[in-house]
Amino acid sequence: MSDYNFAYLDEQTKRMIRRAILKGIAIPGYQVPFASREMPMPYGWGTGGVQVTAACLTPEDTLKVIDQGADDTTNAVSIRKFFEKTAEIAVTEKTGTATVIQTRHRIPEEPLAEGQILVYQVPIPEPLRFLEPRETETRKMHALEEYGLMHVKLYEDIARHGHIATSYAYPVKVEGRYVMDPSPIPKFDNPKMDMAAIQLFGAGREQRIYAVPPYTKVVSLDFEDHPFDPSKADHPCDLCGAEHTYLDEVIIDDDGGRMFVCSDTDYCAGRQAKGHRGCLSPTEEAAQ
Amino acid sequence: MYVAVKGGERAIDNAHAWLAEERRGDTSVAELSVPQIREQLALAVNRVMTEGSLYDPDLAALAIKQSRGDLIEAIFLIRAYRTTLPRIGHSRPVETETMLCDRRISATFKDVPGGQVLGPTFDYTHRLLDFKLAADGEAMAAQMAAPRLEPTPHVTEFLNKEGLIQTEDRSEDTPPDLTREPMELPANRALRLQALARGDEGFVLSMAYSTQRGYGNSHAFVGELRIGKVAVELDIPELGFAIEIGEVELTECETVNKFAGSKIEPPQFTRGYGLTFGQTERKAISMALVDRALRSKELGVEMSNSPAHDEEFVLYHCDNIQATGFLEHIKLPHYVDFQSEMELVRKMRAEIFAAQHKEAAE
Repeated sequence: MSDYNFAYLDEQTKRMIRRAILKGIAIPGYQVPFASREMPMPYGWGTGGVQVTAACLTPEDTLKVIDQGADDTTNAVSIRKFFEKTAEIAVTEKTGTATVIQTRHRIPEEPLAEGQILVYQVPIPEPLRFLEPRETETRKMHALEEYGLMHVKLYEDIARHGHIATSYAYPVKVEGRYVMDPSPIPKFDNPKMDMAAIQLFGAGREQRIYAVPPYTKVVSLDFEDHPFDPSKADHPCDLCGAEHTYLDEVIIDDDGGRMFVCSDTDYCAGRQAKGHRGCLSPTEEAAQ
Repeated sequence: MYVAVKGGERAIDNAHAWLAEERRGDTSVAELSVPQIREQLALAVNRVMTEGSLYDPDLAALAIKQSRGDLIEAIFLIRAYRTTLPRIGHSRPVETETMLCDRRISATFKDVPGGQVLGPTFDYTHRLLDFKLAADGEAMAAQMAAPRLEPTPHVTEFLNKEGLIQTEDRSEDTPPDLTREPMELPANRALRLQALARGDEGFVLSMAYSTQRGYGNSHAFVGELRIGKVAVELDIPELGFAIEIGEVELTECETVNKFAGSKIEPPQFTRGYGLTFGQTERKAISMALVDRALRSKELGVEMSNSPAHDEEFVLYHCDNIQATGFLEHIKLPHYVDFQSEMELVRKMRAEIFAAQHKEAAE
């Protein structure tokens, strides 16, 4: 596709985005304003992530795109195709062989390694947004490290419901300074954010980029007597038998019968290839 | 037996093919051409150019055709195309005083130098469905008058001669561009005007309407509304002077609002300003009212908590491409988050039922 520059964006725009990324890495968890462009997909479809990915890609990269943990969800397919067309780069579904992974709502189960980049799509980058709708106010609160409002909210949750009533986009504190929205990943994924790979967050509509450099301390907010609990469905995967993965609950018949399967489709397929079986796995004959 | 959902790629290809077929509609009906849309649906084209921030009637017409008449989708197509275009230079500010006016009215004076020109307006049409149009859309040529060749002065300038209206300071500063820089608040007036010009017609209209109904009341008179073509000039560094590169049709609206005066300033009138592409007067008038409402802080008048006075509220929510994107994205898969919510709700319910059970047992 010679009509457009490599990875769609022009070099000046990529440079502007890279500067924002570098600033984000230098100040972990700080939301860097950037001049987000209109992309050929709608705001809300991952325009922030796509711009960050476009600014990171080189012709030698191998890209993986997941949505809800799966490579085959429609929007993951669409974004992967976009980069195949505009950057002609190699793509993969294997977490281990990807150099850049763009994700929406999940962190892969397989631990990421140095040299990999995980790009998150972010709808609302401001962790304080639902406590204070004004950007002019929340920027001040971050500058002054004034996070009392957030702690009061978490406390009120416990007082009212007995639990912190946040199950995804669970706020974290990065390297002891900025409170950050980890994007709407289930809180099950939060502990994985202490990782060897670079994590970049792109919010296109809200015009913000932020980052967590490798081996940075990421702590989910909690209280001593109510420690953070990265819960998941209390069930093994019905296809690969894994007990340690995040599960999707799938309704399989009109009576509301259900099964639980790994949300990370590549991880699940890898385990099945190694011979792991769940209690609803197809029999060997049926599989052939 | 459950099989993991596959086939996203095929589903997308099939959806696109079906969409193309639906766009064309019944093939026994003649296909709509881009020039037909440009000429006969010109007001839709104007809206797409204004909110798409790109003056190109042919591309706007193409976008309307491609989007099956969904104007927000058409605006989106234009925006996505526009953002890939190189910036060759900046034009000089257009001189609307030299506009060749097709329409020019003032509500504040019975008559003004340059005259009141109704132009091609719906204003005094009776809204009766014209069934003849269903069969035959041909129109008689309208009568022509000799065009006015000399500049048409702005009505607000007449008030200015008496010092009755606040003067606007001229500035040679390059205005900020929210398509190239992230929006930062507080925004200056140029940035606000840019955001409002690109803003959704419906949103800006309703915001303006709310100020008329008392949410931050400041009664506005249409000092002047003019529609017509102006020349666009570009400085060419190699030549050392500006040359005309083309012309654009604009709608310009200046509203006049009363200002009772303050300790340091005598009573006078203040202005609101709207400028849009093509004939888009509903939008230009709305824009002028909202512009004036957003100036209440700098003018130190009628401060209120009304939405139209709230710069952050208006500027962050007026863009329909951002709004529709975020609104519609909730139809994308969210099952991972929903799963985590289900688990939390189940857990909290179980605890409540257990506690009730225990209470009942005691």
